[in-house]
Amino acid sequence: MEFLNAMAILANYVIVPGLAYGSQLALGALGVTLVYGVLRFSNFAHGETMSMGAMFAILFLWLFKSMGVSIAPLPTVLLALVPAIICAAVYILITDRVVYRFYRIQKAVPTILVVVSTGIMFVTNGLIRFVIGPDDRSIGDGARFVMKAREFKNWTGLDVGIAIKTSQVITVITAVVLVVALFWFLEKTKTGKSMRAYADNENLALLSGIDPEKVVRITWLLVAVLATVAGTLYGLDKSYKPFTFLQLLLPIFASAIIGGIGSPLGAIVGGFIVAFSEILITFAFKGFFTRLVPDDFAPEGLVQLLSTDYKFAVSFAILVIVLIIMPTGIFKGRTL
Amino acid sequence: MKSIIKMAMATTLLTSVASTSFAEEVKLGVFLGFTGAIESIVADMGPAAELAIKEVSESGAFLDGSTVVGVRGDTTCTDAAVAVAAAERLITSDNVNAIVGGDCSGVTTAALQNVAVPNGIVMVSPSATSPALSTVEDNGLFFRTAPSDARQGKIVTDILMERGVKSIALTYTNNDYGKGLSDSIKTNYEAAGGKVTIVAAHEDGKGDYSAEVGALASAGGDVLVVAGYIDQGGKAVIQGSLDAGAFETFYLPDGMVGDPLPLAIGEDLNGSYGAHPGTDSAGAATFADMAKANGFKAGPFAGEAYDSAALILLAMQAAGSSDSAKLKDKVFDVANAPGEKIFPGELAKALKILKDGGEIDYVGASAVELIGAGESAGNYREIEIKDKAVTTVKYR
Repeated sequence: MEFLNAMAILANYVIVPGLAYGSQLALGALGVTLVYGVLRFSNFAHGETMSMGAMFAILFLWLFKSMGVSIAPLPTVLLALVPAIICAAVYILITDRVVYRFYRIQKAVPTILVVVSTGIMFVTNGLIRFVIGPDDRSIGDGARFVMKAREFKNWTGLDVGIAIKTSQVITVITAVVLVVALFWFLEKTKTGKSMRAYADNENLALLSGIDPEKVVRITWLLVAVLATVAGTLYGLDKSYKPFTFLQLLLPIFASAIIGGIGSPLGAIVGGFIVAFSEILITFAFKGFFTRLVPDDFAPEGLVQLLSTDYKFAVSFAILVIVLIIMPTGIFKGRTL
Repeated sequence: MKSIIKMAMATTLLTSVASTSFAEEVKLGVFLGFTGAIESIVADMGPAAELAIKEVSESGAFLDGSTVVGVRGDTTCTDAAVAVAAAERLITSDNVNAIVGGDCSGVTTAALQNVAVPNGIVMVSPSATSPALSTVEDNGLFFRTAPSDARQGKIVTDILMERGVKSIALTYTNNDYGKGLSDSIKTNYEAAGGKVTIVAAHEDGKGDYSAEVGALASAGGDVLVVAGYIDQGGKAVIQGSLDAGAFETFYLPDGMVGDPLPLAIGEDLNGSYGAHPGTDSAGAATFADMAKANGFKAGPFAGEAYDSAALILLAMQAAGSSDSAKLKDKVFDVANAPGEKIFPGELAKALKILKDGGEIDYVGASAVELIGAGESAGNYREIEIKDKAVTTVKYR
């Protein structure tokens, strides 16, 4: 029984939140990795693109709410995703047409494009605050929980509950669906293949008659889908706050680089590695061990490797270690 | 020779003008966090301070018929650089005579040390509660109508002990206010025989608090004390703890008490309790009515904000000057006995008494009694969340 309790603690505080957080990071890292693979630069504006997408989703959510549309028990914001993705795509394509295209034609080096994307990041950030403001917004409606901690306790008779939020389940399912669809697109369709060809060898792809502008457009469209979904899911699971997406940039880049930047599979694995290390390293295992070992051996301290203050330092540390030991990442992406 | 006479005449004229002190327009900075971590509380504090300003200005009895206007400045509650810049603007560009504020302890300290003290401007804070402000080098320019958190730690301990709480987990917002309050709670609670299982900081403005909640849950405890901010990490930590089933009862210190919290979190918060500065003196009720009539609520620290503005203006009247250097010596005189007791809405009466050379004992909305380095002795209102609303248990 005590063993089950200990496992319930682990599931409630590590596995469930880790899976949801990992899925969010994986979706974000996929966007970063696509831009890096195809357009060959690190897109620092990606966090704000996520925020922008989520903002559009919220605006449409309000519209739907005022019209009385609801898809309970699912959160209405899922319905708002479709128009939000279209708006985000339009916004990204405009930035590409107005800004990135200029540098692409000039064949600017990646470093310049990184700085350019930083500029886009600030502009996007400003636009978001202008449109929706810096406030914290809760966007979930419908049933909040699939399983409440108290229900679980009553049901199993354990003294530790496992809570599973609707948003967490939706996050994981959406991430899986999106990833499968993306892989299918990249591996099976002609457009996907031409994208990979372009990413692999630009000149050879041009010689084979692949239209580079079309590849770029498709890439940005995919980025819009991934970013909007990732941003909205993050907002749904926690709460939507424009400031937090800037902080999310570090773990997202860490995920992409750890997995091997440019490798879609790597981005997903990287996302889960970063999410679980952040949670495991800052988790206090006192409750877990107290239930596992005999009372005499129960730990006095918190059994915590790092205080939660250092959560973001974990991403940094992993990033540095990976860059030193295997600069191409786990799935042999490119070196930075 | 002629010109010298002219000069002398002009000088005499000028001095006579200055000494008879014609009516002037006195400016009072209202220096609060209109945006940021406690904006929902400041929404009532700002109008409260401005109500006192309006009352004095319209009385006609203030400094030979002088008028007073309030000039707003934004502390943001958390960003010291922005707050210092705002204070700088109030003092050097708007030329305010004194300042009501700031609100949060960190920004108040920064604005006081960097701007108010060098410029010799009086600051009266309605809500900065860090114990560090009791000993800050202020040249006698800083006062507060809110009590220090050193006192709040004692109140928290009393309430927890009366309710038979044996162990607590403690989380605080990582700044001067949070650290000061959590230290004070820990010291007092442990001295009273309670057990503090963990003291963990949380950063404001983050999206995700599951790691913090995990650590707190693992350490355990009967009650989670959340020394944070209502619009920031404090709310998120409570929501996260409830979602994960980590804690069911929360203790809410002053920064966490407010109607928006139970409304945002819902029924799960019922049964949680806390305390914030407040009083059941007749002044509080009068003030609540006045607030209602003027379109705001007598929320947390609103009475203190009214009192801060009133104290400054009454001290000006007592000193016969709107100069900070003169009024700072009169603040204690008008705030404490002896003298006639002054309640909210009676500022005109107080001005008249002072003008005639009498003495007043300002009670105001929060039963002001200044002690020590110029801070309120402190009255607290113990609250409990019932049916998604903040209800009063008793005053202590």
